[in-house]
Amino acid sequence: MGVKNVTHKSRWIERFYIPAILSGLKITLKHMFQKKYTVQYPEEKWPVPPGHRGAIRLNKDEEGRVKCVACEMCATACPAKCISMEAGVAPWDDREKYPVWFKIDMLRCILCGMCEEACPEDAIQLTEIYDFSTYTRADLIWEKERLLKNYDITVDGKYFDRSREETGL
Amino acid sequence: MEQAGYAFVDILIVLAKVIVVIGINLLMVMILTLGERRIAGFIQDRYGPNRVGPQGMLQPVADGVKFFFKEEVIPSKAEKVIYVLAPALVLGPALLTFAVIPFGGPLSVVGKEIQLQIAELNVGILYIFALLSLSVYGLVLGGWASNSKYPLMGGLRSAAQMVSYEISMGLAVIGIIMITGSLRLSDVVMHQNELLFGFLPHWNIFLQPLGFIIFIVAAYAETNRVPFDLPEAEPELVGGYHTEYSSMKFASFMMGEYIALITSSALMTTLYFGGWDFPYVDESSLGIWGVLLSIIAFAVKTGFFLFLYLWVRWTLPRFRYDQLMGLGWKVMIPLALFNIIITGVVMSLL
Repeated sequence: MGVKNVTHKSRWIERFYIPAILSGLKITLKHMFQKKYTVQYPEEKWPVPPGHRGAIRLNKDEEGRVKCVACEMCATACPAKCISMEAGVAPWDDREKYPVWFKIDMLRCILCGMCEEACPEDAIQLTEIYDFSTYTRADLIWEKERLLKNYDITVDGKYFDRSREETGL
Repeated sequence: MEQAGYAFVDILIVLAKVIVVIGINLLMVMILTLGERRIAGFIQDRYGPNRVGPQGMLQPVADGVKFFFKEEVIPSKAEKVIYVLAPALVLGPALLTFAVIPFGGPLSVVGKEIQLQIAELNVGILYIFALLSLSVYGLVLGGWASNSKYPLMGGLRSAAQMVSYEISMGLAVIGIIMITGSLRLSDVVMHQNELLFGFLPHWNIFLQPLGFIIFIVAAYAETNRVPFDLPEAEPELVGGYHTEYSSMKFASFMMGEYIALITSSALMTTLYFGGWDFPYVDESSLGIWGVLLSIIAFAVKTGFFLFLYLWVRWTLPRFRYDQLMGLGWKVMIPLALFNIIITGVVMSLL
């Protein structure tokens, strides 16, 4: 095996460098008018791939009632112990229990999705919402209303098309 | 020009011209700081700053306010007087240079001929070169007075670089002086006002293409712009000669640099692209509209060269220091001398 000499021998025209500079300028000029890759974040949001484990929602059934039956399977499965609830007698006759209050401490939640897997009613699910930062820690302890609202803004899969006013995020 | 008895009106006219020119220069600095970043963004397939005001138009205002309110740090070991003086030494000459550049055709108002040029010096080109070499003092003194290693190296580099490239810049312009036979910039412009061979504008770029290339390369080196921005090469020198400067002193350095950019673009326009000449149109026959047209022509040409500065910045990489010196002394100066010889031979043959 010999040594392969890859030294570039420039032709006389290349030694003026000006054609090379001009072709470089042409490339940058082309890029100037190209489509930009920037996502203008608060207005545009980068859509996450399906299966993304983001903020948690509580699902509603066809009549708009909370699907959860307060069985506490999710709270038991939760490795971070961030789910808490109080079961009460359901005001509807197709189920026995419903959550009087339901609370997820998103400061503790690790978005592992174990609650979703544990739930026998498909009542708790992870969504594509990833931008739920707040100014206070208290705002990250989500009550039932907030979790049901997450359902409303993500159920049709159009979360990323909604305006900021609509999502409140 | 009349020597004695400057009438009150004349002084007012000069004052008005000074205010307008400095105002437009400072406005252009604001536009350039934004333009640089937005064009950088566009070339790199992103948007650049577009949040402050519509399309980021108020970004320079925000930057200016930020500079005003920043803490002023003077290093305790710095040479205080020179340290404070250095930014002024950069900004001052930069602002003064524009004084001799004609930015429009002669305007006649109520029988009075007004030259659109602050000072019609008969040694205009020399004046510009004198001030260009003055601005190197600001950088060197700023770098030295900071009493810190990176600014010192930046200052030394800029001194060496500016001195080397000034020679080839001056030699390139000699070609123009030979053709025109005058150091007066308004004469240079008037000389380019006709047609060459009946169809080309009589611009010096067509007569001195080699001279123009030497001039533009030297101008990029003089203004410390990419690919010759070694005095402030960030990866090697932190920030270069202004590393230790903060607040408005730093802003003065930046303003000085941008004004030098504007002046050298205006100079390229004046020397090689016909100044305020709008090709194929006789401005003097159009009255006030001709003057307006000439100002627009000047602005468009200068704007193009300013854009070229920004465009080149985001295209070319930086030279190595020995390459810079090699190019300056071994290529540019012989080429400039060759250009003078060619010009002389052609002129004596014609």
